[in-house]
Amino acid sequence: MIEICGAFLVSIGVLFFLSGTIGLLRLPDIYTRLHALTKADNVGLGFVVLGLAIQATSWSEVIRLVLIWFLVLLASAISCHLVADAALRRNIKPWRKR
Amino acid sequence: MSNLYLGLALILLITVVLGLLRIIWGPTAADRMMAAQLFGTCGVAILLLLARGLGQAIIVDVALVFALLAAFSTVGFVRRAWTEKDSLKTGERRHD
Repeated sequence: MIEICGAFLVSIGVLFFLSGTIGLLRLPDIYTRLHALTKADNVGLGFVVLGLAIQATSWSEVIRLVLIWFLVLLASAISCHLVADAALRRNIKPWRKR
Repeated sequence: MSNLYLGLALILLITVVLGLLRIIWGPTAADRMMAAQLFGTCGVAILLLLARGLGQAIIVDVALVFALLAAFSTVGFVRRAWTEKDSLKTGERRHD
């Protein structure tokens, strides 16, 4: 039962990764692409980690997986802000619907 | 069950390869770097799935290193590699 739940959660995570990649390819400018990339992918990784963690056999495995997720969350939040800030300072205009 | 995880890792790998199209399309250097960032997050997930699918827990440590390096590469890109010249060349700098 736990294995089926884990596989289901991991599959949901892969779907989020898929939507993040589609967003990266289809959205119109750098800021919206950053949005798709950093949010959807982190939720996807969260689901993958959750699905793997509920099947883990020891607590050290769970802690390691969750730590990886937190590291990626922190890193992508910071790098998203850095890239968006640098783009604004280079006068790249946000996209507007015409 | 482990075949499922290997298959999901393959699907993620295919999405990363599709994301690399953004490197071709551009238009700014940051857009290209974003594909590398995608590779960072997706790569961590792929490694975690491989660790489960192949039954080798040591790959989880590789994922940890991968996450760390992806963060450093983006910071290095913003601080050092993304020069003004690049954005002028692609015509993204519209008015001062």
